Amino acid sequence: MINWDPLLLTFKLAFITTVILLVISMPLAYWLSFSKTRVKPVIETLVSMPLVLPPTVLGFYLLVAFSPSNAFGSWLDRWLGLQLVFSFEGLVFASLIYSLPFMVHPIQSGFSSLSKSLIEAAYVLGKSKTATLFRVLLPNIKPSLLTGVVLAFAHTIGEFGVVLMIGGSMPGKTRVASIAIYDEVESLNYDTANTYSLILFAVTFTILLLVYLVNGGFIKQFWK
Amino acid sequence: MIEISIQKQLQSSEGEMLLDLQVRAERKSLVTLYGKSGAGKTSILRMLAGLMTPDKGRIMVNGSAWFDSERGIDQPPQKRKIGFVFQDYALFPNMTVKDNLIFAGGGDSENIVKDLIELTELKALENRKPGTLSGGQQQRVALARALVQRPEILMLDEPLSALDREMRLKLQHYILDLHREFELTTILVSHDISEILKMSDRIIELDHGKVVREGTPGEVFTSREISGKFQFTGEVIEIKKQDFLYIISILIGKDLVKVIADEKEGSGLQPGDKVLVASKAFNPVIRKIE
Repeated sequence: MINWDPLLLTFKLAFITTVILLVISMPLAYWLSFSKTRVKPVIETLVSMPLVLPPTVLGFYLLVAFSPSNAFGSWLDRWLGLQLVFSFEGLVFASLIYSLPFMVHPIQSGFSSLSKSLIEAAYVLGKSKTATLFRVLLPNIKPSLLTGVVLAFAHTIGEFGVVLMIGGSMPGKTRVASIAIYDEVESLNYDTANTYSLILFAVTFTILLLVYLVNGGFIKQFWK
Repeated sequence: MIEISIQKQLQSSEGEMLLDLQVRAERKSLVTLYGKSGAGKTSILRMLAGLMTPDKGRIMVNGSAWFDSERGIDQPPQKRKIGFVFQDYALFPNMTVKDNLIFAGGGDSENIVKDLIELTELKALENRKPGTLSGGQQQRVALARALVQRPEILMLDEPLSALDREMRLKLQHYILDLHREFELTTILVSHDISEILKMSDRIIELDHGKVVREGTPGEVFTSREISGKFQFTGEVIEIKKQDFLYIISILIGKDLVKVIADEKEGSGLQPGDKVLVASKAFNPVIRKIE
């Protein structure tokens, strides 16, 4: 019987990361789509950095920053009781940064594709900014939201470098599936590695397939 | 009464342009802003609606200031009681026709929504999404939605430009009916002369951000070369050649009139031309009809 812990941990990490990212990314993407301030290119760059930065680089700096022997790390520990190195919280934090562009970009392009007159029409009809966002804008970019959620989720499942640097491989705490696979291969347990890999393959395939079916309108056809 | 006296630097296709004008619109009148594209017509509507901020000046509506650069007043669009019909209609794609209207009205708008759906003959379409409607149908929804909150001012930004002729005539009729029914002050942006002639009480012609002509449709569009007592403007619908004469069908208001023209007059015309029909040599016959 295989040890399910790494898989459960992976999905728990991906789920928590995705939920938090969704909440953060909606206002961030809204701001990036409609703001005209001069600092916007800088923020856009920062959001997109994880796309091009080697995950080990990101993980290394996070490791250094959060280390309790450094000012920031000890401050976090003293004031918030947070130890982000070699802990699950640390993994969540690193995943948030690492998967941020995968959530923000689809939502941002969704907002940008909407006609500006939709917003203006809502304002003229007396609707506040919040009401416009929740009643008009978000319902009209559902496919973009779904794409963002799925990409962020799948990307978090697949991360390796960042997790290894900041989390290590502590069973039940930071040993996620991708790292477990690596460990099993190292110890020549090809069968176990294969089982983990197959499960990850099947799950990610199914998720992506569902997205394409939903966004392509195939599901709706069968419901009607 | 709407009084606009504003200045605004605009980026037009031909570079910088200073919009600098004073415009008035009487209560319950239908005023048309006319002019070439890029003359500043839409910008005026947007500033009146609060979607664009003037650099300087005042916008007074029925005695209260919507914008006043000296006193630092700038009411947000949410606070200005207006109905606005956008050029692309801006219907909310996620809501049905009825939901678009209900969302616009908020709380207890059931009754007015029902009335408007009836007035614009949308009953059969009320549960459809805007994406499945034709241009003319979407236009009617946009019109109805703009009126749900019972605004005093209705603004229409080239509402009919994307529609075919027949649909245009029908919607002109809807707009006029609603304009009277709801006692609206209506501001229309248009560059279709027959539409303007048919609908407006007053025309304001703009060019490069300035008012160049202003007055009733007759005053603005009729040339003064003919001093005829009877004159109408219309649109050429059809030209038929018969022997050496031309029979020209002209739409004046809602009536189709046939006029005989000689070769010289007839050959210079094409269907779609705007023409002046005047009589000066003959004495008209007057007969009692009631």
